[in-house]
Amino acid sequence: MIDRRRVLKGGGAALLFGGGYLVGGPLRALGAETATLPFDNGERPLVQYPQKRPLLRLTTRPPQLETPFSVLDEGVITPNDAFFVRYHLTLAPPDGLDPDTHRIAVRGKVNTPLSLSLKDLKTGFEPVEIVAVNQCSGNSRGLFNPRVAGGQLGNGAMGNARWKGVPLKAILDKAGVQEGAQQVTFDGLDGPAVDKTPDFIKALEIDHALDGEVMIAYEMNGADLPVLNGYPVRLIVPGYYGTYWVKHLSDINIIDTVFDGFWMKTAYRIPANACACVPPGGKPGKTVPIGRFDVRSFITNPADGATVKAGSDTLVRGIAFDGGYGITQVTLSTDGGQSWTAAKLGEDLGKYSFRAWQAMVRLEPGTHELKVRAVNWIGQSQPSEPLWNPPGYMRNVVETVHVTAA
Amino acid sequence: MKRYRSIGLATFGALAAIALLALAVRANPISYQLPEETAAFKPGPGVEVAQANCGACHSADYINTQPRGAGFGREFWQAEVNKMIKVMGAPINEQDAAKIVDYLTATYASGS
Repeated sequence: MIDRRRVLKGGGAALLFGGGYLVGGPLRALGAETATLPFDNGERPLVQYPQKRPLLRLTTRPPQLETPFSVLDEGVITPNDAFFVRYHLTLAPPDGLDPDTHRIAVRGKVNTPLSLSLKDLKTGFEPVEIVAVNQCSGNSRGLFNPRVAGGQLGNGAMGNARWKGVPLKAILDKAGVQEGAQQVTFDGLDGPAVDKTPDFIKALEIDHALDGEVMIAYEMNGADLPVLNGYPVRLIVPGYYGTYWVKHLSDINIIDTVFDGFWMKTAYRIPANACACVPPGGKPGKTVPIGRFDVRSFITNPADGATVKAGSDTLVRGIAFDGGYGITQVTLSTDGGQSWTAAKLGEDLGKYSFRAWQAMVRLEPGTHELKVRAVNWIGQSQPSEPLWNPPGYMRNVVETVHVTAA
Repeated sequence: MKRYRSIGLATFGALAAIALLALAVRANPISYQLPEETAAFKPGPGVEVAQANCGACHSADYINTQPRGAGFGREFWQAEVNKMIKVMGAPINEQDAAKIVDYLTATYASGS
């Protein structure tokens, strides 16, 4: 019997015809290379997965990989092979991903239920592209003080890519959403090892699903999505935390109720107040599902702890982003936050993208605290001191980089 | 992309054509080779119970990477084990659950 399988091995894709078995043994971690994140118990092995460069491994099964922060200094678009990976359930990535047989069901409160193939998506709809940041809700959780349970991430669970696909609105319009529809749920092929484990299903309000920006993407930065980033198709929810960006998307269900599955009703919820915060160590009363990104900005160069030349021009640069209003101002402080000067903004790739910024500074001999703060179009900014919540979500404190000028 | 070759049709006749048509609609999945699982549970009394139960659904690094020290003692690990059973549906019996909490508290909470 002929068994043709596409086999993906470390660093690249290979087509394997015939044979019926896989070539090569299991991949190994590259030597004993590790990276250390700036908090207790922050040592992480650097491991290379198929289609990926070496990334910081948070967990093995299911895989969770963090982007080395230095990658974010390489450009405003995060390469596919460096993009972070976050799964929830044991059987991930799912077995049997097949571009020819994959189907996305569109069902529930619609006039015409659909079953869409990858080909249907690529040929039956007008494609759209958007540059958008995907960031894990718990990005930077390891920096919370007091510490909280969960994935102990540094700042590398975020990335920015150009996504190509079909607006969800076009698909829902084709199916014909019925009167009374309230939410849309999204499920992917990754699943639990035990039947009783709640499947990873997320929901959006119907108006959000129909906003024309939420999309189903089959391309990332001009290529197929990496398997670990949701191949063959994932949901893109611009400006919203990655928890909604369901990977290996296979089921879209339009419902006339509020979805009450675990991953909406219990998990990924934030305090229902303007700061999404409580006093450190406290407990929230009412909670709501997490939503849009808050404003963040980072200095990507110089790196924390770097030495720069005293008394001469030093380029400071980085990135900023928000939940989709667009960054309008980035200011930099070289004196620990006492005085601030405007940085120059880079090319505008759209309101959901990372926005590059840079500034030229001269530093006197000695140690310096560089700080960066961004403001978005509606005037939202970043707090000087970190906000806190029990699940460790939405960290967006003004970031500080320590440098020595000599 | 079609997965069969036309020479098959010419050479083997109707019977082969049926077989090849069957092949054409067969799943043709991508095979993704995950790296070896190297993360290990820390040695300690009860490690085998943790391996058998916790390890059925997730790798040891889910535990290894959690914060240590104050606030991450018995109460914390008890809550985590409860969550795995009650929320995540882990089929762990009471005896094993108690052993796992003892193991996690003794092995992970000290910060060593």
